[in-house]
Amino acid sequence: MFSSFMINTWIAGTAIALVAALVGYFVVIRHSAFAAHALPLGAFPGAAAANLLGVNPFVGLLVFVGMGVLLLRQLARIGRRDVGTGLLLVLFLGVGALFLSMTSEYAPEVFSLLFGEMLGVSDADLWPILGICALVSVVMITIFRPLLLDSSFPDLAALQGISAARMDLIFLSLLALVTASALPVVGAFLVFTLLVGPPAAAQSLSIHPLRSLLLAVIFAESSIWSAIALSYWTNWPIGFFVGMLGAGLFTLARSYRHWSQRQRPAVQVSSL
Amino acid sequence: MFAFLSSQPVQTALIVGSCAALVSALIGVFTVLRGNAFAGHALADVSSAGGAASFLWGISPLLGFLGMAWIAAFGMEFLGVRKARERDLATGIVLGAGLGFSALFLYLDVTTTSTTGAAVSVMFGSLFAISRGLIWPAILAVLAVFLLVGLFYRPLILTAVDPDLATLRGVSPRWMGLLQLLVLGLAVAVCALAIGAVLATALLIGPAGAAIRLSRRPAQAIFWAMIIALTAVWLGIWMAYESYYWFSGNAWPVSFFVVVLIFLFYLLAMLGSSWQHKYQRRGITSLRRLQEP
Amino acid sequence: MTNQSPILAVADLSVDLGGRSILRDVSFDLYPGQLCALIGENGAGKTTLLRTLLGLITQRAGTVLIGGAPAREHRELVGYVPQKINFDPDLPLRTRDLVRLGLDGQRLGLPFFNGRTRYAVDQALQAVGAEDFADQRVGELSGGQQQRAVIAHALVRKPRLLILDEPLANLDFGSANALVDLLGRLIVQQKMTVLVTAHDMNPLIPVMDRLVYLVDGRAATGTVAEVVQAEVLSKLYGYPVSILHHGGRILVLPDAPENADVANMNRCAGHGV
Repeated sequence: MFSSFMINTWIAGTAIALVAALVGYFVVIRHSAFAAHALPLGAFPGAAAANLLGVNPFVGLLVFVGMGVLLLRQLARIGRRDVGTGLLLVLFLGVGALFLSMTSEYAPEVFSLLFGEMLGVSDADLWPILGICALVSVVMITIFRPLLLDSSFPDLAALQGISAARMDLIFLSLLALVTASALPVVGAFLVFTLLVGPPAAAQSLSIHPLRSLLLAVIFAESSIWSAIALSYWTNWPIGFFVGMLGAGLFTLARSYRHWSQRQRPAVQVSSL
Repeated sequence: MFAFLSSQPVQTALIVGSCAALVSALIGVFTVLRGNAFAGHALADVSSAGGAASFLWGISPLLGFLGMAWIAAFGMEFLGVRKARERDLATGIVLGAGLGFSALFLYLDVTTTSTTGAAVSVMFGSLFAISRGLIWPAILAVLAVFLLVGLFYRPLILTAVDPDLATLRGVSPRWMGLLQLLVLGLAVAVCALAIGAVLATALLIGPAGAAIRLSRRPAQAIFWAMIIALTAVWLGIWMAYESYYWFSGNAWPVSFFVVVLIFLFYLLAMLGSSWQHKYQRRGITSLRRLQEP
Repeated sequence: MTNQSPILAVADLSVDLGGRSILRDVSFDLYPGQLCALIGENGAGKTTLLRTLLGLITQRAGTVLIGGAPAREHRELVGYVPQKINFDPDLPLRTRDLVRLGLDGQRLGLPFFNGRTRYAVDQALQAVGAEDFADQRVGELSGGQQQRAVIAHALVRKPRLLILDEPLANLDFGSANALVDLLGRLIVQQKMTVLVTAHDMNPLIPVMDRLVYLVDGRAATGTVAEVVQAEVLSKLYGYPVSILHHGGRILVLPDAPENADVANMNRCAGHGV
């Protein structure tokens, strides 16, 4: 399981889970689940196009996810945000389907891009992934406070000179970077579960901003490690385990919260 | 043109495609009005697991898509889609779990049944490869949806515009929500069959999103959504058929053309109406009130 | 009042939004230790005026000086409590954390507590009486508690001007009185200046010094003694009102519809129509 051809997967998986938890924490607070689902799928034709042109797939992913962020903001401006997001996502998927239909290895390529590929990380890919993860973590920790205030109450943030438009752009760019680095390993569909599942579970369990952030990182790391291990043993796709573990964590955390709320019903009324 | 219409796969594609266009336009208007675009998209994505399972067990793909869409619908209802705040998260979690199953079933398809093209046809559709035997089930599904929506048209609109008002009138939002998810599942299954599970969202929300901007009354919006959807599907099928000659033997996928056309129609409607908005403020604001209760 | 310099000086302020003129030539001054009520009907431009004072909207003409400088340059002097307060129940934020973000939410880095921030936050929590729910999730508090949390968030930077948008709407009698009490303490003990918008001025009458009345984007201003009089208020509301004195308190009451008709007729007769 820890043989030489798996080492890259373990390293990349660990780095990806860390940044996915950091960015996913704000995906949950900002209710950006749909955007977090759409951006990875928007990046997907990038890999296909890069394949077609013979360039590094990572470059293709970054280019397409960048276009995705710009178009997403434009479409949200002219219509309903959710409809715009949905249409952008299927447009990119349609383009991806077109690119893939032009290559010879259509079917297996589609599968690994959408659902992840355990051995998708080559030595050449590893360094860019680690670099991007380091960059995202540093930026995330630096702007944590303004982003937290803007995400919980934009009006109060504006009063302290925090621009909502700028925060939105920074947040979506970070999301795009995480997407591009996580996509080759867990697949376009399951990047989203890794982003949303662990932080949502963590926020249900802890009311402390930093503690729930730490908990999100722990949940994300344990999900990805278990997914890699299970996928190695069963030979089943890694995406299946990421999806199941995310859903399981969320459901458990939610049930625990409902249960613990029922234990202390009178507190709020009496303290009023 | 004659060669185009006399080809059997084209005929099947046109019939199934029209079914998908009509049903999605009808359901799409309710979905967009209620702000359920993400849920509709999630149902479509999750239905891909059913499509993949149908290959595995050798059942009709329409049944596969439908079964999984319904399971997902009940899952979301159970996890709390009704509370607007939790809706996004619950939808997303069901979506993740469903896609996990798709991954597994597609993997098993490849390893146990040696159907190599399963991932592609389930996800992105292959309208020209649909068997003629699916025409009648698709038409039946569409008829069922029209019948149900026709019966419950007014309560559905009322619930979509304002659930509280509906409750006051004695309409149960819970039953209406369930009914909506059931017909949404049927619509999603037909669309997934036509242009693929992950692209079904285009038909479901694109024409409706554009039509709602163009019209002031729900019935009018449904009418325009149907026109837009049918145009996109027919034009897409024709372009895909002709693309075989355009690109010297490399036909481009039908789904690609349909999705791009829908996107263009949506952009035109949005830009057209925001241009109109500058000159005619009144109409739009009254429509906004209809959309956002 | 005194020969102190005003904390807020608004002169000839005009604001347009989307091509429509919302405020025209609004002028008034507020001094330290004053509580001023901003009264006006829906759509009179109250929220627009507040947002302009906060530097969130740019005016077409006129000046807003806070502590002698343009509004944007003295953000730390102003605290603001918006009207709509509705936190997500799942937000991983305690009341304490929300208050702390008022202190240094714009700074970079992770929000670790140290002795100085902890002291400032505790003081603000104490000032609004929020110690009981300091460690609860903000989103799970009641509406009144959430409002107190946001007031603490605004107070923690020790502003000299506190602006509240419709703080009394949706509060029951007890909570409303507690809030008025708190505002009274702030102006007396800390010499803070408080600007409050309200539909109903009654709960504020015991503590307020000045009134700014907005009608159709124009402002009238005066002391309580000048403005709280039946004739003046009837003209401002465009509807006859009476002033009641009861147990040392003053109440402004709109006249009942029958009386209103009579009053209208009387007025018409007086004008010789």
